[in-house]
Amino acid sequence: MMDAPLLPLFILLTSLLAAPILFALPERAAKLRTAINLGMAALKVALVGWLSLKVSQGVIYDLRFEMLPGLEFKLQADPLAILFIALSAVLWLITTIYSVGYLEHGPHRARFFGFFSLCVAATVGIALSGNLFTFLLFYELLTLATYPLVIHRGTAEALRAGRIYLIYTLAGGLVLLLGTLGLWVLAGTTDFAPGGILADMAAENRLAAQLLFVVLIGALGVKAALVPFHRWLPIAMVAPAPVSALLHAVAVVKAGAFGIMRVVYEVFGIETAQALGMTAPLAALAGITIIYGSIRAITQDDIKKRLAYSTVSQVSYITLGVALASPIAAVGALAHLIHQGLMKITMFMAAGNLAEGLGVKRVSQMDGVGRAMPGTMLAFTLAALGMIGLPPLAGFVSKWYLAQGGLDAGQTWVIALLLGSSLLNAIYFLPMLHRAWFRDAAPEGEGAPGRPRIGWMLAAPPVTTAVLVLVAGGFANAPFSPLEWTRFIVAIEYQE
Amino acid sequence: MSVELSPMILAIFLPLFGAIVAFLMPRMAALIGLGTLAMTTGAVIWLAHEVLVTGAVVLPLGGWGAPLGIDLRADGLSVAMLTLTSAVGFLVSIAALDSLKGADQVRQRQYFWPLWLLLLTGMNGVYLSTDIFNLYVMIEVIALAAVGLTVLSGSRAALQAGLEYMYASILGALLFLMGVGFVYLQLGRLDFAGLSGAAPTGALVAALALIFVGLALKTALFPLHFWLPAAHANATAPASALLSGLVVKAALYIVLRLAQYMPFPSENLLTLVGLMGAGAVIWGGVQALRAERLKLLVAWSTVAQIGLIFVAFARAGELGLTESWKAAALLILAHGIAKAAMFLAAGRIKDEIGHDVIRDLDRTPIRPTLAQFTFALAAISLIGLPPSLGFIGKWALMEGAMAAGYWHWVAVTMVGTLLSVAYFSRVFAGFLRFDRVRAPVGEHQGWALADAAPLTLALMAIGLGLLAAPLLSFLEIGYPFGVAP
Amino acid sequence: MTPDLIYGLTGIAVFGIGLVGALCAQDRLRRVLALKLCSVGAGFLLVVGAWREPPATPDPVPHALVITGIVVMVSATAVALALIRRLQTLEATDER
Repeated sequence: MMDAPLLPLFILLTSLLAAPILFALPERAAKLRTAINLGMAALKVALVGWLSLKVSQGVIYDLRFEMLPGLEFKLQADPLAILFIALSAVLWLITTIYSVGYLEHGPHRARFFGFFSLCVAATVGIALSGNLFTFLLFYELLTLATYPLVIHRGTAEALRAGRIYLIYTLAGGLVLLLGTLGLWVLAGTTDFAPGGILADMAAENRLAAQLLFVVLIGALGVKAALVPFHRWLPIAMVAPAPVSALLHAVAVVKAGAFGIMRVVYEVFGIETAQALGMTAPLAALAGITIIYGSIRAITQDDIKKRLAYSTVSQVSYITLGVALASPIAAVGALAHLIHQGLMKITMFMAAGNLAEGLGVKRVSQMDGVGRAMPGTMLAFTLAALGMIGLPPLAGFVSKWYLAQGGLDAGQTWVIALLLGSSLLNAIYFLPMLHRAWFRDAAPEGEGAPGRPRIGWMLAAPPVTTAVLVLVAGGFANAPFSPLEWTRFIVAIEYQE
Repeated sequence: MSVELSPMILAIFLPLFGAIVAFLMPRMAALIGLGTLAMTTGAVIWLAHEVLVTGAVVLPLGGWGAPLGIDLRADGLSVAMLTLTSAVGFLVSIAALDSLKGADQVRQRQYFWPLWLLLLTGMNGVYLSTDIFNLYVMIEVIALAAVGLTVLSGSRAALQAGLEYMYASILGALLFLMGVGFVYLQLGRLDFAGLSGAAPTGALVAALALIFVGLALKTALFPLHFWLPAAHANATAPASALLSGLVVKAALYIVLRLAQYMPFPSENLLTLVGLMGAGAVIWGGVQALRAERLKLLVAWSTVAQIGLIFVAFARAGELGLTESWKAAALLILAHGIAKAAMFLAAGRIKDEIGHDVIRDLDRTPIRPTLAQFTFALAAISLIGLPPSLGFIGKWALMEGAMAAGYWHWVAVTMVGTLLSVAYFSRVFAGFLRFDRVRAPVGEHQGWALADAAPLTLALMAIGLGLLAAPLLSFLEIGYPFGVAP
Repeated sequence: MTPDLIYGLTGIAVFGIGLVGALCAQDRLRRVLALKLCSVGAGFLLVVGAWREPPATPDPVPHALVITGIVVMVSATAVALALIRRLQTLEATDER
């Protein structure tokens, strides 16, 4: 097979070019729209698979374009990028199927799928960014493309939520701009390089480096829903379920976490970050977020809000793993990026099915839904158990590595934190499972009599991702499992 | 003596003749207008080619050189501004063909073209002049044509606004003239070359200050901006596009040139200029938040953006002036294109819905989605989001300010960005909200050929960000700043 | 006090009076007249500056500037007056 040097650009273009076509299609052209959506998604998965193969064989991809003297737009495909882009591509395909089913006969589908495409393009761009400037470009594009999706329903409530979302994310983007400028001015470059580019600069100008760290992590922390910037995430749950599923559990929030990874590993370098004394506060902040998110989740009756707070908590595992400055913890963090994505998307799609098929939106309404929608609830159960950390599911694997990493870094409080967090997860997930399986449906009203009809497009995706959760955990030690790939990445990041 | 046919002469005199002919033959005004425009654009392209190949081009008019005669000079910056004027003007003209087609708009249709061509004459003259008195004459031509365009619709509000504009314009021109007079009395010559060699005596600085105040009135720099919002908001859409997109740029260009040639402005002066710009950014933003009508919001946005251009100018202080002009030039180009697109889109929205009250944008079932999309794209460049040219200009501004340690300009820029997000989101909410409409809302409404022109402009504003590097190297041809040969 | 200085100050004073009038006048016509006064002041200054000690002739360039300025001012005043006239007509029909 030939090496296609422009491959990253093509992957970007598949969704970028699909967007204007999807915008222009009339509402009625549902079949054509579905065909384009699914075709592009499948193409993307194929191209990403090819790219992954090439990168695993050691091919280097480096595409540059000068935007201002010295300032480049840069795409690269390193193993870390492959991790994120593979997750995005696979989940986009599954969520596209789900969205088509969910929005059938809904209004403004042309607009929805157009912006959906742009979102994925932005996420791919974030994954493939070779320097902080390019990352910034796609980060802002992601904000712009997700806003119309959040307010899709067009109600006053949706607009209010959208406004809060926009304020948080654009403010974060502005601070990120400030940080990128600062990096550019202080270091003369914004390139990502394993081991970081700021070792010399940090030695000379410690205060400036520390300030830069705070600014960058703070800005990224908004999207990554770190306390106290997490408020937008539960509020953005007014969006339709597919939007919540992909974007707020996987793409937007993960983009923030991915950004934190890039900044800590490849702008500062883990050693420099430690030397600046910034990793300990970051770990503490992540720990606080983990506990806070879980506690808030317990008190939420709205299913999607409970899941949102759970995301706030779980994504901070990734930040924690990064901040622990141990290669084992890093493996846990990176693996959790994938695993949490799979688990959370399963749960959001299942929640969407409950709402569409049964009208169930609150935990208190969940009595007996296991009998009414067994496939969906089975998927939900698997994912929930994975979140709690039950072996051999995926969530267990990443938590195990994080705990080991905590030991390795000499931070034994991490183990207590993880145990406590698992306990809290159980407290807010198990009642949902108990109600679904072990209680009978309310005699009148809540549950629809008989089996609800949801098409295969709504039923199959969550089951598929639940199976992936099982596989990722059970076959974690197989070659090409997410875990193996993360070990590969960490070896690179920690070698320098 | 043979007459050399230079593209520079064509660029100035073709529109002048076209204006006269279009005025004399009103029924064919549109045809003459577009024809002249096409020919002038051809001249500009010819000139651009010459400049690319041979560097700056100089032509002594009538064979008499400076200092007594008048030279015309085209370097990278001039050609960029000429191209901006032609490109934006061409697209606005196409939009005007559609938007001025009402039965009650016959006089508007007929007089638009001579006025616009006269405006073009003045602007091309400004961009090619090397002599401050020539500049005075040209900006007066621009002012008269601009006032004509402002009152084109004939409504009472437009006339009132046009009159205010006229007052401000005349006062500005008189201050400029006084300044020019004093410069002559000091130096005995009026050309740029003379200015650049002069010693900065107190009297000369005072003269240049007078000139600057006159220009500040013409470019609506805070606090001398009072005439702009009403004038731009009450004009018909193509006129507003020309006024906001192109007319204010002429005075900005002159400020840029004078800063190159006059005795270097001191640090204090630059800070003052930056403060006025900061005031414009904040005040314009606040007023835009309060605006009730869409076109008024867009006009206040112009006030804010002009302030930002002046902040860009002052961004790195005296030492950074040789680089600051680039940030200012990028922002000028970005604003010209994006603002023209936005005014045209706002005009389309008003035509389709019937009004432009922001609060009621979502109460109507008619949604001109393509015009709204264009508006959003233009807003992206004006807010300064990547990859638009507005973003690149803003980056250049903030980078320079940060590198020189002028954190206050960085802060002002960020506040300006936040304000623009805030006031544009009001409009977006109006576009995207659906729960207050009773009738079913159709899809893809109001798509017309007239949407093509603003859409093209908006896409240009965003796409040119990717071409910023070659653009900058083109701007530097002929050394507009820095070491002059 | 040389004649030069007196004339120069007069020019500036006339300009100043015009400026004050332009900024403060409420009536439209008064404003236009005030602006004309400004232009007179400016022209005055330029002509004063053109004077040269005899037997040299006065410098013609400022004279050219003043003439151009007058032409421009006349056209601008004409436009302003036309606008005022039209506004008055519109306001009269509105009140009726």
